[in-house]
Amino acid sequence: MHKPTGLLTARDVVSAVPDPEMPYVTLGDLGVVGAVRVDEDTRSVHVELTPTYLGCPATEVIQQDVETALLDAGWQSVAIELRFDPPWTPERITRQGRAKLAAEGIAPPSARTGSKRTDSAPVFVPLGRAPAEVRCPHCGAAQTDLISAFGPAPCQELRRCAACREPFPAIKRASR
Amino acid sequence: MTETHLTVRPVEKPVEEYALRLGDDALLLSHRLTEWLTRAPDLEEEVALANIALDLLGQARYLLSRAGQSTAQDEDVLAFRRSDREYRNALIVELPNGDFAHTIIRLLFFSTYQRALYRALEHSADATLAAFAGKALSEVEYHVEYAAGWTVRLGDGTEESHDRAAAAVAELWPYTAELFADDDLVSALCNEGVAADPAVLHAEWSEQIEAVLAQATLGVEPTGAWRPGGGRNGLHTEALSYLLAEMQSVYRAHPGAAW
Repeated sequence: MHKPTGLLTARDVVSAVPDPEMPYVTLGDLGVVGAVRVDEDTRSVHVELTPTYLGCPATEVIQQDVETALLDAGWQSVAIELRFDPPWTPERITRQGRAKLAAEGIAPPSARTGSKRTDSAPVFVPLGRAPAEVRCPHCGAAQTDLISAFGPAPCQELRRCAACREPFPAIKRASR
Repeated sequence: MTETHLTVRPVEKPVEEYALRLGDDALLLSHRLTEWLTRAPDLEEEVALANIALDLLGQARYLLSRAGQSTAQDEDVLAFRRSDREYRNALIVELPNGDFAHTIIRLLFFSTYQRALYRALEHSADATLAAFAGKALSEVEYHVEYAAGWTVRLGDGTEESHDRAAAAVAELWPYTAELFADDDLVSALCNEGVAADPAVLHAEWSEQIEAVLAQATLGVEPTGAWRPGGGRNGLHTEALSYLLAEMQSVYRAHPGAAW
């Protein structure tokens, strides 16, 4: 905390970078920014990022955007490290991020209502019903049905509201 | 830097050879699943298969970059410069897609194996493999659920869908043995706590597959004497050669190109 300006500045710059697929939320909102270490003498920054999914196609663009943002902010060199341990989970999305997602028609993750799975038996997702409660981002109804566990981005699933009948994407719950 | 010599050096360490096997499995099944794009039965299946393919591609990138670590070769070098004899995948992932039932049954067999594998590797003595397995496992759970759900719908569906699913089980069953084959490399890595014990994986896999197939009104196949293998040693079906020719064509036509 001896040099709060440098640390905060670099971290703020990284956190403010918009997500390329969901540009209305920032990397900070999504909770994918890990440790940000700076060296004031060499003006270099080391950034840890935790991608949502291993194969998320946005990862490369995010790395480029973070580097560009830091260089534009006056840093001389940027090193980015991708970390998967501990893994990203939807719980990392901030309160502000959830509000922004909902405003864009993407249901944010909600608290899991079922019990956590610990058994090793195959578990079926019954057609049209999912264990976790996901509210409709349009009308707020609690009753929504799963259309597909796979959506427009790796971190999303497709659902439909039982009340207003609108289909909508939702951030996937953690599967474990 | 432009490299025009499309050669590749063999990986050096046992753990890298192990990562190469697992990475090749993920890469080739990813490629097969992408062949469904524009051909899936409906939009939801199109999106689902594409998502699963993308997850597997992400796994492949991580595993192949781990495999090339001490020879300083990145995942692209390993994916695009190796010939068929240098690939280390199990045969089941290189087989052509067949019909939708065939694709689903293969995904069921393979993703159920992967789930058991990654559960075990979460506790691997190799820290990079352990971190990877924990992350990949949360994605593979979705693949298993998807494949199991469709297996039940096809098997317990119409006469036509049942027959196609049953034919796929019969054809693919012999190929599953290779996923659980033991050899000197795996044994040595198991002793070091790095690799997963194939016998343990097989027991877990069998129990889970039997449960799904029973619910799908499909029986398990008797394990016969014919157990195709050789993939871990670079001996493949001709299907792999055609797949690689397509997958590597742009890379080989424009060596060193970047965009």
